[in-house]
Amino acid sequence: MTQTRKPSDPKHRTREPKTPSSSSSSSFSTSGMKLIVPLQGVVQGRGGLFLGTLIPCALFYFLQLYLKRRRSGFNNPPSPSSTSSPTLPRTSSRSNLSTRGSISRVRVSKLATLVAKPDDSLYYLGLEKVSQDPYDASENPNGIIQLGLSDNKLCLDLIGKWVSRNLEGSLMGSSDDVTLSINGIAPYQPHDGLGELKMALSDFMQQVMGESVKFDPSNMILTSGATPAIEILSFCLADHGNAFLVPTPYYPGFVRDVRWRPGVDLIPVHCRSTDNFNLNITALEQAYSQARKRGVKVRGILISNPSNPVGNILTPDVLFSLLDFAEEKNIHIIADEVFAGSTYGSDKFVSIAEILDSEYVDKSRVHIVYGLSKDLSLAGFRVGVIYSFNHTVLAAAKKLSRFSSISAPTQRLVASMLSDKRFIQEYLETNRYRIQQVHDKFVDCLSKLGIKCAKSSAGMFCWADMSGLIRPYSEKGELELWEKFMSVSKINITPGSACHCIEPGWFRICFTSISFEDIPLVIERIRRVVESCKSSS
Amino acid sequence: MKLLSTKATCNSHGQDSSYFLGWEEYEKNPYDEVHNPKGIIQMGLAENQLCFDLLESWLEKNPDAAGFKRDGKSIFRELALFQDYHGMPAFKKAIVDFMAEIRGNKVTFDPNHIVLTAGSTSANETLMFCLAEQGDAFLLPTPYYPGFDRDLKWRTGVEIVPIQCNSSNNFQVTEAALQQAYEEAQKRNLKVKGVLVTNPSNPLGTTMSRGELNLLVDFIKEHGDMHLISDEIYSGTVFSSPGFVSVMEVLKERNELKVSSNEDDNNADRVWDRVHVVYSLSKDLGLPGFRVGAIYSENDDVVSAATKMSSFGLVSSQTQYLLSAMLGDKKFTKLYITENEKRLKRRQRMLVSGLQKAGIGCLESNAGLFCWVDMRHLLSSNTFEAEMDLWKKIVYQVGLNISPGSSCHCTEPGWFRVCFANMSEQTLNLAMKRLTAFVVECTGNGGSAKRNGGLKMKSLTKWVFRLSSRRDGREQEER
Repeated sequence: MTQTRKPSDPKHRTREPKTPSSSSSSSFSTSGMKLIVPLQGVVQGRGGLFLGTLIPCALFYFLQLYLKRRRSGFNNPPSPSSTSSPTLPRTSSRSNLSTRGSISRVRVSKLATLVAKPDDSLYYLGLEKVSQDPYDASENPNGIIQLGLSDNKLCLDLIGKWVSRNLEGSLMGSSDDVTLSINGIAPYQPHDGLGELKMALSDFMQQVMGESVKFDPSNMILTSGATPAIEILSFCLADHGNAFLVPTPYYPGFVRDVRWRPGVDLIPVHCRSTDNFNLNITALEQAYSQARKRGVKVRGILISNPSNPVGNILTPDVLFSLLDFAEEKNIHIIADEVFAGSTYGSDKFVSIAEILDSEYVDKSRVHIVYGLSKDLSLAGFRVGVIYSFNHTVLAAAKKLSRFSSISAPTQRLVASMLSDKRFIQEYLETNRYRIQQVHDKFVDCLSKLGIKCAKSSAGMFCWADMSGLIRPYSEKGELELWEKFMSVSKINITPGSACHCIEPGWFRICFTSISFEDIPLVIERIRRVVESCKSSS
Repeated sequence: MKLLSTKATCNSHGQDSSYFLGWEEYEKNPYDEVHNPKGIIQMGLAENQLCFDLLESWLEKNPDAAGFKRDGKSIFRELALFQDYHGMPAFKKAIVDFMAEIRGNKVTFDPNHIVLTAGSTSANETLMFCLAEQGDAFLLPTPYYPGFDRDLKWRTGVEIVPIQCNSSNNFQVTEAALQQAYEEAQKRNLKVKGVLVTNPSNPLGTTMSRGELNLLVDFIKEHGDMHLISDEIYSGTVFSSPGFVSVMEVLKERNELKVSSNEDDNNADRVWDRVHVVYSLSKDLGLPGFRVGAIYSENDDVVSAATKMSSFGLVSSQTQYLLSAMLGDKKFTKLYITENEKRLKRRQRMLVSGLQKAGIGCLESNAGLFCWVDMRHLLSSNTFEAEMDLWKKIVYQVGLNISPGSSCHCTEPGWFRVCFANMSEQTLNLAMKRLTAFVVECTGNGGSAKRNGGLKMKSLTKWVFRLSSRRDGREQEER
C-alpha cells in the first residue's frame, strides 16, 4: 500500500519568497479591474458594447505585458505548484529552526538569503548534528554514528599505503621530468585539467566500467568534484526557469547543484517500491506532459546510475528506452555514474556510453558525470569529470571550469596513482569485495530485525523499508522515527523525504563509513529503536 | 541538435577576440633560450616565478607536509575524506595570520569569517552571486583586469559600469569619476550594488591611497545598500613606498570595524558588514596552480551563503594541509615576504630601466607583477585602432606578448601592461633589447612612427585576418 505525500506544509510555502511577477500581478489584477470597469463604462457610452469592452481589455493586456517584460529575469523558485514541486522542503512540524538567518540588516542578494538560511533538509541537518557530536570509538563512544554520508572508508588503507610508497615521485614531477621541481605544479595550468590526468582518468573509467567502453580524454572536462560538474552542465544545457526530469528518490544534493545558481527546476518522476524503485517510462512520459501543460520547458533528464539512494543499476533496456525518449522529445540526458565502480551484486553495471556505442543515436545529447569521491574514496581531493560528446558543451564547460579547477599537486598525485594499473586493479577488486561483505552482513542483520531493504547491486548504502515502524504512515511519522534514531540510538540515517521519495518510511543507511567489526554496534543501536517502536504500538 | 542554454552559446563572457591572437601566437612560437631563441616572449601573464627556490627548499625540509603526515604519523585517512565546506581550521588560521602579516599586523582577521574557494576567480564570482541580482551593476575603476568581464558577469548576469580614470592624476579614483559612473548606471536603469576595486591595482601596479579608500568608504556609506569589494590578491607584492593600505585598515582608523557580535554595541551607521576582501595565494605565493582563494567578510549572511556555495569550488584537502603547514611556519613566511619584496623590486627596476633606454616611460609603480607602460608616443594616431596596430607589431615583429590597454578598458589609447615576474633575468634583458631595437627602427627610420604605420599595417592586417579565421577559440589565462 502506498500513500502519496501530503502537499507541502503551507507554513513552509509562505516562507519561500514569492516571485515578484506572480505576487504583483495578482495585486495588479484587482487594481486593474478597478480601472477597467469605469473605463468600460466610458468607452461603451461612445463606442458601443463591443469596442467598449475590447479597447480597455486590450490596453490592460498590453500594460501587463510591458510590466512583465521589465521585471528582471532572475526569479526566486517559482510559485509552489501542488505536490510536484520538489523545491520546497518537505518537512512539516520541524523543531524550531533559527529564523534569524532570514533577516539581514543590509541587503544581500535573494540567492544569498535563501542559501544562507539554516538547512531544513534532514539530509543536511543530520550531517550537522553528527559534526557537533561525532562518534569515536575511544574519544566519544556515545556520539552519533554517521550513516548518512556515502563515504567509503573500507579501502583507505590500500590507498594510504600506495601514497606513502610512491608520493615523492608523484607530487612534483611527471614521469618525464628528470628533476623534481615546483615548476610542474605551481604555475597556471589549463583550467579543465592536466592532459596527463585526463588520460589517466579515461583509462581508469574504462577499467571501472568493465573494459567494455573506451573514453576519449579530449571529451573530458575536469572539475573540483562531481558537484560543480553537475552545476556546470546545468548552466550549459538549460536556461533559468527550465527544468530537468529526475526519478525519485534522488540524491538530496541535486537540488543545490541544479537549482541554486543555474535556476533549473527538478521535476520528480516518482518510482515505486513495487518496481523496486526502477524507472518507469510511462511515469516519465506523464511527468513530461504535465510539465508541458504547465508551460515549463523540460531540457533534460538527470539520472544517477547506479542509483543513489536506492543502489539499483539501470538495465540496458531502460537505458535504451531513455535514449529513445530523449531523442523523441529532443532533450538531454545527464547520467551521474559516480558509483560505477562500487558494484557488488549480480547485476552488471553498463554505462550509458556503452549503449551509445552500440546504437545509432545522437551522442551529443548524452553527458556523463564521474568522480573519484566514491570509487576511489578520495572525496577530499575534489576530482570530478564531465564527459560529453557535444563539442559546444565541451567548449562552454571548458570555459566554466575556471571557477572549479582542481589543485595541481592533487592532479599530479592522482594521475600518478591511476597510472599504476596493477594497483588500481587490485584496489577495485578489493573494494568490491569489501563492500559486498559489509553490505551482505548488514542487510542480513537488518532483516533479522524485521527490516527489509530494496534490492541493490551497487553503492555504499542500503535503502531500508521502515514503513512498518512509523506511526502515522506519513511524512510526519517518518520524521519522528528519524528523530528517534538521532536522539535515542544516536545514528544519523537519511529519511526518504529528504530524497523526495513518494512513499513514507524508507531510509538510506550508508554502511561504508563503518568497519565490518562495527556492524554489531550499529545493529544494536538500530534494534533499540525498533524495539521501542514495537512496544509503543 | 538539442538546444543548449543561452549562456553556453552566447559570447557575453567578455572574450575580446583580437586579444587572444597574442596568446595564440605565443603558444605557436614560444620563446625558449635554447630551442627557440627567436620565439615570442610571454609578458602578458602575471605569474610570480621569482621565489620558487624558497618554496622548493621548504618542501624539501618538510616532507611530512607533502607526505600527508603530522608529527611523523600518517593522517591520510583524515585528509582523503575531508570535504567540509567550512574548510580546514588549521589552514584558515594560517591564511588569516599570513594576511595579517602582509598588512604589518595592523589589522587582524577572524578565521571564522573566511571562506575558501578554488582561486580568487571563484571568490569574485561567488561574491557577485551573494551580493547582486541578475541585471544589477557593480562600479569598477578602469583600467581593470580583463578577466572581470567574465568572472563577474557571465553566470551571474551582473553588469560592470566603469569608473573612468585617466593619466592626468595617475589613474586614481576621483569623486567626480565615481559620481559620473553612478549616474551612468542610473541612466542605463541599472541598480548599483557596489564598487569593486583591485588594490594593489591590476594592471596599474600601484597601491590605492588612503584618500581613495576613504572616498570609497564614504561613497558606500552615502548609499546605504551598497557594498565595497576590495580584491587584495596582490597585497603581498608591494615592494616600495608608499606601503600597502588595506581597506580594513581604513575602517579601523575610522573606527568603523565590527566591535562585537552584540548587535547593540555596533555602530548604528554601520559599514563593516558591507566591506569584503578577496584574497588568493596565486600572486603573493606564486602558486596559481594550487587554486587557493578566499573571501573575507564580517557579514554573517555573506559568509554563510558563500561557504555553502564554495561546494562548487572546494580546495583539495591535500593542498589545504600542505599550505597550512607552510604558512604556519612563521619563520618561513617572514623570510618569504621579505625576499619576495626584494626580488620584485629588483625585477621591476630592471624592466623600468630597460624601458627607459628604449625611450619608453611607465606609470610609477610600487606593487604587482607588471608595469603600466606608456607607449602613446609610438602610436600612429591617438586611437585604439593605432593601439591595436602597435600591439600586433610588438607581438609579431618584436616577439613580445604584452597586454593592450583597450583589453583592460583603459580610456586612453597607448598604454600596455608588461609583466616582469614570470621569466628569467636573461629573458627580460633580451626582451628589452628587442624593444629598444624596435623603437629605434620605429622612430629612426624616416622620422615619426606615424609615417611608418601605413605600408606595414596593410600587409600585417591581411596576415592577421588570415590567422583569425583559423582560430579555434582556445581559452587562455590572462592574469
